[in-house]
Amino acid sequence: MQKNALHIGLFIPCYIDQFYPNVAIATLELLEKLGCKVTYPIGQTCCGQPMANSGFESDTAGTTSKFIRDFAVFDYIVAPSGSCVLHVKDHSPKIAKLQKNQEYVQSHIYELSEFITDVLKVDSIKGSFPHKIGFHASCHGLRGLRLASDSERNEPVFNKTLQLMKDLQGMEIVELTRKDECCGFGGTFAVSEEAISVQMGKDRLADHTDKGVEIIVGGDMSCIMHLQGIATRDKANVQLMHFAEILNQVIS
Amino acid sequence: MSHPANATVFLKDKARAKWHDDTLWIVRQKRDLTIHQIPEWEKLRELASQIKDHTLSKLDFYLEELEKNATANGIKVHWAEDAQEHNEIIGKILDEKNCKAIVKSKSILTEECHLNPFLEDKGIEVVDTDLGERIIQFLKQPPSHIVMPAIHLKKSDISEIFHEKLKTEKGNVDPVYLTHAARLHLREKFLQAKVAITGVNFAVAETGEFVVCTNEGNADMGVHLADTHIACMGIEKLIPRRKDLGVFLRLLARSATGQSITNYNSHFRSPSPGKELHLILVNNGRTKQLAREKFRNSLKCIRCGACMNTCPIYRRSGGFSYGSTVPGPIGSILSPGMDLKRYSTLPFASTLCGSCSDVCPVKINIHEQLYEWRQEITKAQGSSLKGLSMKLANGIFKSPLAYKISGQLMRASLKTLPDSVIYNPLNAWGKGRNLPDLPTESFKVWYTKNRR
Repeated sequence: MQKNALHIGLFIPCYIDQFYPNVAIATLELLEKLGCKVTYPIGQTCCGQPMANSGFESDTAGTTSKFIRDFAVFDYIVAPSGSCVLHVKDHSPKIAKLQKNQEYVQSHIYELSEFITDVLKVDSIKGSFPHKIGFHASCHGLRGLRLASDSERNEPVFNKTLQLMKDLQGMEIVELTRKDECCGFGGTFAVSEEAISVQMGKDRLADHTDKGVEIIVGGDMSCIMHLQGIATRDKANVQLMHFAEILNQVIS
Repeated sequence: MSHPANATVFLKDKARAKWHDDTLWIVRQKRDLTIHQIPEWEKLRELASQIKDHTLSKLDFYLEELEKNATANGIKVHWAEDAQEHNEIIGKILDEKNCKAIVKSKSILTEECHLNPFLEDKGIEVVDTDLGERIIQFLKQPPSHIVMPAIHLKKSDISEIFHEKLKTEKGNVDPVYLTHAARLHLREKFLQAKVAITGVNFAVAETGEFVVCTNEGNADMGVHLADTHIACMGIEKLIPRRKDLGVFLRLLARSATGQSITNYNSHFRSPSPGKELHLILVNNGRTKQLAREKFRNSLKCIRCGACMNTCPIYRRSGGFSYGSTVPGPIGSILSPGMDLKRYSTLPFASTLCGSCSDVCPVKINIHEQLYEWRQEITKAQGSSLKGLSMKLANGIFKSPLAYKISGQLMRASLKTLPDSVIYNPLNAWGKGRNLPDLPTESFKVWYTKNRR
């Protein structure tokens, strides 16, 4: 590692910590391979998004204050989740006492792929991944953080996550019929609107499986957990992965 | 009114729900194709957004300009504080004319004001002349979409309705045949009506004129044959100058149906000799919405319906599931302002995916307002069960120890509990989905063991 390496505070969203430690490990190792010094503040918990999206933003002051105290000491804060990063940036309640630190955190927190493309200025990762993949664009990263161009707006086409994967040998990216329709997870929506949530997930999966996708790749484990849950239940012949797992695997 | 309950019913007929989703998706795709032919599309949206923001910031001024200039043109201008007053103004005009039958071209405002039942109670026959509106009027249904009111019906449904009401051939589903039957039927109604009612798409303050956009020409047909034209508009349907119209007409049709322009954009400026032209300016809660800073810009809406066509929830639950005059994402930010309790489930009928905000031709931040309405609703509801669990969650998340213990407990109990307990009918997650396979340890535990 370089002496003046960027010091990254690794933010691992609560459901990744509990359910998907491999994605967290991949993120940590990937950032280290790219020359960063990475620390995981061990006391971290959650960003508060589940409560805020349910209408309880004002009840998340404690969670938010804790987040700011945990992370304001780093050069950058990076998380393998567009959704949680968007929450910290846009929807966490203003904490007057920590105003300066909160502003610092909000302007230095990045989703993993945008951190690699925009801050580390890496164009793409070289390696081999001989699989037919479909990309699941998670909405908060897509339309909130603008990690890619979306199908609604008339703008130049780009995709920061896929850009990093564009040079992987043997990888085929399948063109979807609805390239960025929501999967239906939506936090508590997944249970409060169960019927639509599951139908949206089934439709999204079918868009991939109809075209022979082997691996659905995404950047938010919440969407992937929902899609995986339906895929397992319906015995669909498709695998789901976080892009960090792929990049960390090919770069070794 | 519960959106999830209504949506569950809608999704029971899987084939029909899929057809509904596909049909509206096609409209969304047509919209995508046309907007990509306009390189300056995003600039147009920005311009439209700014014009509307400006207009709303000086709404009182522009409304008085409109009244002054319209009056000078010979239009009789009326002000209605609410739906009741709107209906009574129309009732009074009809009484004066001794009019017992009217034709109406599509106006969501008159739906909002429940004008039809009001007039029917007075013994007046109301005929909606937009084809889709006429079809649902036969069924005594409200519109399920603000631009395509009968989009929930199939050709075969319409064939059956027309067979019963218009005596068309049973089983004939040919759209040309059915449209022709409707045309003959409507001609008769047009010829009988002495008064025609229309909505307003845009009123121009500078010139005192207004514009009505239809694809079927039915507004013009009604208005030109009648002696009296009554136009009804919400007070937000205002633009300052005639030259602003070009911006909005280019955005409206492309966003609504993917057409480059609506077939008939009819300008009304003054009554024909010997005829009367009335313009009713309706508030009905709009100034209240204007006073709500976070929700004010919902009044920029030009009623194109693009947010409905793109909404994955609307497409899979249908317009009726919202139980409000304006359904879909825009309806879900307008309706809570009218009745917070009745429409409390609507702001939650969204994944906050943001597609609505990005298709909106006037850049209303719809999904952000859905989020804001959620905050308002939970405040109004006080401490509900969900509220308590969220407070508890904040307690857990602000304490690392509580988080660690509750996470361990959760993973331990998920491992030891039998599937029948985890996937019981009360567990909404498990009805159609499995839970993830559980790792042996959390990342936190792994990190402590391996990296500290």
